[in-house]
Amino acid sequence: MTQLKIPVGPEDHVHGDQNAACTLVEYGDYECPHCAAVYPIVQRLEKHFGSRLRFVYRNFPLSQMHSHAESAAETAEFAAGKGKFWEMHDLLFENQAQLGSGLYAKLADDLGLDPKLLQEALRAKTYQGHVRSDFTGGVRSGVNGTPTFFIDGERYDDSFDYPTLIAAIDAAISEAQ
Amino acid sequence: MATLLSAGTTAPDFRLHVTPDQQLSLSELRGRPVILAFYPADWSPVCGDQMALYNEILPEFQKFNAELLGISVDGVWCHAAFAGERKLHFPLMADFEPKGAVARAYGAYREADGISERALFLIDATGRIAWSYCSPIAVNPGADGILDALEKLPKQE
Repeated sequence: MTQLKIPVGPEDHVHGDQNAACTLVEYGDYECPHCAAVYPIVQRLEKHFGSRLRFVYRNFPLSQMHSHAESAAETAEFAAGKGKFWEMHDLLFENQAQLGSGLYAKLADDLGLDPKLLQEALRAKTYQGHVRSDFTGGVRSGVNGTPTFFIDGERYDDSFDYPTLIAAIDAAISEAQ
Repeated sequence: MATLLSAGTTAPDFRLHVTPDQQLSLSELRGRPVILAFYPADWSPVCGDQMALYNEILPEFQKFNAELLGISVDGVWCHAAFAGERKLHFPLMADFEPKGAVARAYGAYREADGISERALFLIDATGRIAWSYCSPIAVNPGADGILDALEKLPKQE
């Protein structure tokens, strides 16, 4: 079994109850169509499990393949600095077809963030270090594409459909009890 | 599953086309670690397939001064199109004629399918196999095993 090498820590974006029975970690890429397809499924999982599940999103931009993946990841990290990570994360996936500086400025504005500061942060690559650190940690943990999920620290190699994910998380929760 | 050559074995040398007009021998890379990544075929229809993933991870391999070679039974023109489309920044070797000869020499050929296994070899600077791993054919092995093995190599002078 391939194990998550980097434990969930203060640098992470965590959605849900800190004391949840189960932790789902996703390594994702905002320009990856499979990640966009799984995004609403993750939302359904969070709704279904409620306080039993916490969700962690880490960046794994395949930037050689997806030219906007890195800038989108840095845009989400910029928003995180202002407490708006999840809002930006959701909007980026919901507007995947329009990724680019125009969209980032609009989304920043919509979320009450300063588009000029965002533009400056992207230019200065302020958040590149965070994104790179997510990426290299993912590589060391055996991330082999996007999305890659870890359920309670173990890489999940099965299908990304809702019932299969539900069953895997259910199994992890009963194992934890 | 074929039986791979294991750690400690001298890596069989080979000379294969990397582009339509260029050949490369393993022995030319002596002096630095070489990652030899056998894979079944170009054009697997997924995002972030094994070669695309390694393309992203190339800077991590380069920290160890390691050279990455992809190798499959596909021909040079197929490799050229694949590498161009995926913007791969490392050589793909064509184990095309005689078909799969290098995969056979490394114990990584699937006779029944006519393709190579998803097999990884780390060859050290002296040309010995330092680590090898065969992944189930449908599972992208990722790069964690390669990086762990690179870390365990004796430090170069």
